Amino acid sequence: MVLISDILVQGVQMLLVLLLAPLLTGFVRKIKARLVRRKGASVFQPYRDLLRLLRKEVVLADNASWLFRVTPYVTFAAIWVAAALVPTFATGLLFNWTADLIAIVALLGSARFFLALAGMDVGTSFGGIGASREVMIAALAEPAMLLIVFCMALVAGSTQLSTVANFMASSYVGLRVSLGMALIALIMVALAENARIPVDNPATHLELTMVHEAMVLEYSGRHLAMIEFGAFLKLLLYISLIACVFLPWNIAVFGTGPLAYAIGAGAYVVKLAAAGFFLALFETATAKMRVFRIPQFLGAALMLGLLGTLLLFVSRSF
Amino acid sequence: MTSAVAISAVALQMSCVAGLLGTAVLAIALSRSKRSTAVIYGATLAICLVALFGSIRWLLGDAQNASALALPIGLPWLGAHFRLDALASFFLLVVNLGGAAASLYGLGYGHHEEAPQRVLPFFPAFLAGMNLVVLADDAFSYLLCWEFMSLASWALVMAHHRETGNAKAGYVYLVMASFGTLALLLAFGLLAGPTGDYGFAAIRAAQHTPYVATLVLILMLLGAGSKAGLVPLHVWLPLAHPAAPSHVSALMSGVMTKVAIYGFIRIVFDLLGPPAWPASAVILFFGGITAVMGILYAMMEKDLKRLLAYSTIENVGIIFVSLGLALAFQANGMKLLASLAFTAALFHVLNHSFFKSLLFFGAGAVLTSTGERDMEKLGGLIHRMPFTSFAVLVGCVAISALPPFNGFVSEWLIFQAVLQSPDLPQWALKIMVPAVGAMLALAAALAAACFVKAFGISFLGRPRSPAAEAAHEVDRYSLSAMFILASLCLLAGILPGPVIDALSPITLQILGGRMPIQANEPWLSIVPIAESRSSYNGLLVMLFITFSASLAVFVIHRFASHALRRAPAWGCGFSDPTPAAQYSGGSFAQPIRRVFGTLVFHARDHVEMPAPGDIRPARLRIEWHDLVWEGMYAPVAKAVSVSSDRLNRLQFLTIRRYLSLVFATLVTLLLVLAIWS
Repeated sequence: MVLISDILVQGVQMLLVLLLAPLLTGFVRKIKARLVRRKGASVFQPYRDLLRLLRKEVVLADNASWLFRVTPYVTFAAIWVAAALVPTFATGLLFNWTADLIAIVALLGSARFFLALAGMDVGTSFGGIGASREVMIAALAEPAMLLIVFCMALVAGSTQLSTVANFMASSYVGLRVSLGMALIALIMVALAENARIPVDNPATHLELTMVHEAMVLEYSGRHLAMIEFGAFLKLLLYISLIACVFLPWNIAVFGTGPLAYAIGAGAYVVKLAAAGFFLALFETATAKMRVFRIPQFLGAALMLGLLGTLLLFVSRSF
Repeated sequence: MTSAVAISAVALQMSCVAGLLGTAVLAIALSRSKRSTAVIYGATLAICLVALFGSIRWLLGDAQNASALALPIGLPWLGAHFRLDALASFFLLVVNLGGAAASLYGLGYGHHEEAPQRVLPFFPAFLAGMNLVVLADDAFSYLLCWEFMSLASWALVMAHHRETGNAKAGYVYLVMASFGTLALLLAFGLLAGPTGDYGFAAIRAAQHTPYVATLVLILMLLGAGSKAGLVPLHVWLPLAHPAAPSHVSALMSGVMTKVAIYGFIRIVFDLLGPPAWPASAVILFFGGITAVMGILYAMMEKDLKRLLAYSTIENVGIIFVSLGLALAFQANGMKLLASLAFTAALFHVLNHSFFKSLLFFGAGAVLTSTGERDMEKLGGLIHRMPFTSFAVLVGCVAISALPPFNGFVSEWLIFQAVLQSPDLPQWALKIMVPAVGAMLALAAALAAACFVKAFGISFLGRPRSPAAEAAHEVDRYSLSAMFILASLCLLAGILPGPVIDALSPITLQILGGRMPIQANEPWLSIVPIAESRSSYNGLLVMLFITFSASLAVFVIHRFASHALRRAPAWGCGFSDPTPAAQYSGGSFAQPIRRVFGTLVFHARDHVEMPAPGDIRPARLRIEWHDLVWEGMYAPVAKAVSVSSDRLNRLQFLTIRRYLSLVFATLVTLLLVLAIWS
């Protein structure tokens, strides 16, 4: 009986992230449009886009292999599983311990690996340029991410997100400079990982400036729908991650009952909206940078992570 | 009763070695026969399987004991000692598993060999040599077997000696192997001390002064490090490993580097006694550098087999980092954490032997099918070699440390050990370990990039040469060897708990501690320290991904459009029909070359643009330097060649000058003697 309710709550989370992800992207797009005084499409437009893509036929390049057709499902599944393992409205769900933060990051790495391969499958230059730049960005983002994890684990004594969230929600943690640095670094990594401005522009169709979009240029129809959905989920995942580690207020502890879950879910939606608003504000106010400026941007994230860790060492020893 | 069983265990391994040596002799006798390939590889396969099961049984059964055997050969006052303990049995497992897979692969691949008599006698001898190094229990036998292993592998490297570059590869290998053995010889000399007792039992019992311990550690880093491919002693490895036939490359990269790591563990962890923490800092430093440099070299490479050899260097670096962590924790008496790091190292040894052998087999399959090792001439093989492509894809995912495969588990364990480093009391280590951890993360991400490149350029896209267009699938033996290794990669990835438990006798033997028993954890997950700290469940991750992907496929195929149309790829209105217009390996590596290579390799891109009106094509020339080779080895080689040129003059003197030289030498020596006394 307990097991069934456990599975139920976990299932609710899996569905929740699935349902909220397009809405979040639609919301960000809407705010961005409003900030430049356009009316903008409805916040529900991403759902319509997905449905439209699902109804369209797939145009497959002549020499596309099975890998090209399998990749959309593999990447979608990997990102979905990763998104379902990050605590959203409640901690300590049934399968939260399946993977810690390092494993979640690696799952996203699996998704990226297959997507980069698919970009190279057809043998056009767009796929290649997108894939090669995407792996470069990943190579720069991953060390920074590890140092953020290190800093976080040093404070909370765990890489298990549920434990971290519970610890951060407790009153033991005051304001810490290190955590502030880790937060900024994590935001920078999240921007890079989600192909947002200033690292990449999700709205561009000028081929030479694209990274992520160039990689998936050959996709169409239901395959493209899966990939777009994966991208929506990934944005949601990173915001949930930032929210559960750095803003864990009102997150429900497992087993506290439906009311706590409802409050947790409400708080979660508010956090998503706030994060989406700030993301839109930031993207409107910033310009995209040149590709070879990215090492400096992510290098700064790496240094912030390292500095945060070293500061923790220093503050601990006194 | 136990002793009878124990003796039979080491005797079984030794008879397998004898069988391998016999097979080598048989290969010489059969060298003219047409069936020799099948007979020899069949025999090595059978012997390796027997030895493999022997070592597994020992590791899972009575690994707490040790079984020894003394043979009345070798030095008259010492004899030859061989011993099987937990550590040895694990490395025997790695050696014989690799040997069995390579033999199975050789059953098919060996038929393409033009001069099989150059390979067949040395292949079993090489396997026997590696087995013997692991079993040896005194310094003399150890060095003798080590040299035997080196020479047998050298002969295999020289099997295709007429191909360009192979003679140089063999020469560099020989020089570096001699250098390594010299370092080992000196290390054993120091360990044996003035009493000169070369048995490992005596060395283990002796007390070593810190001075000796430091020297031995440095010598081991030079000796075992040069064999394993530690930067900057790695230069021979990317030359020699690819020069050998592919199944031998797999053995050299996947297994022989592990034998070198065994030597390092045996001497530094087992024989040398309690460690001091500064040693771990040195190992961590070189391990981290090796991991990053190895994979950066691999990223720059366009030869498929050399890329794999460089990636071996990266993995050796990862293993050395975790050994360094184990040493750091052990030096501070943190046995649980030391065994975590040590288990991670051993797990990675096992994993690397799986996927690196698999990838070399795949490269060999590509080589037999197309005759090409140059990635820029491959492409589109996924259509013509579907099974090979699938197996190689598994290997690429596994080596890129991506879940749910095995490479991720061992790297995850290493990261868990890295995350525990704040508990270390030394400030130098506290600051160093996170930095090395970031280097490991960088190496892992670059490895993923490198294998996207390797697989993407060789197997995907359109064929870049007629040879790649005419490729065909390889034989069943080769395929089954690859698929067995690929399934082992998956199995070790989703069921890491039993592997960790099987490694516990070794940590108990070497470090006196062990990780928590993983068999007790629910749902087959692994928990390095405590569940509240971290846990990972490969099986569930695998099941979840399968479940979500199937659900997505089901929903899409139930509700979405089924229409599918084939069309030419989108090329912005102009599709260049020549496959050369595709992205190449060099262009794929360009962003990373520009970010990291400008510093590490002094890489520059030169564009030669003809003047307007000139119809010559524009050219892009990439310039990069191997700074290790140019900065360390080239000057030494030059000095040797210059001084030998100078000494050469002494060969052409007149008899009068020789006589005066002899006289002068005599007088000088007598003078020295007079002043000395």
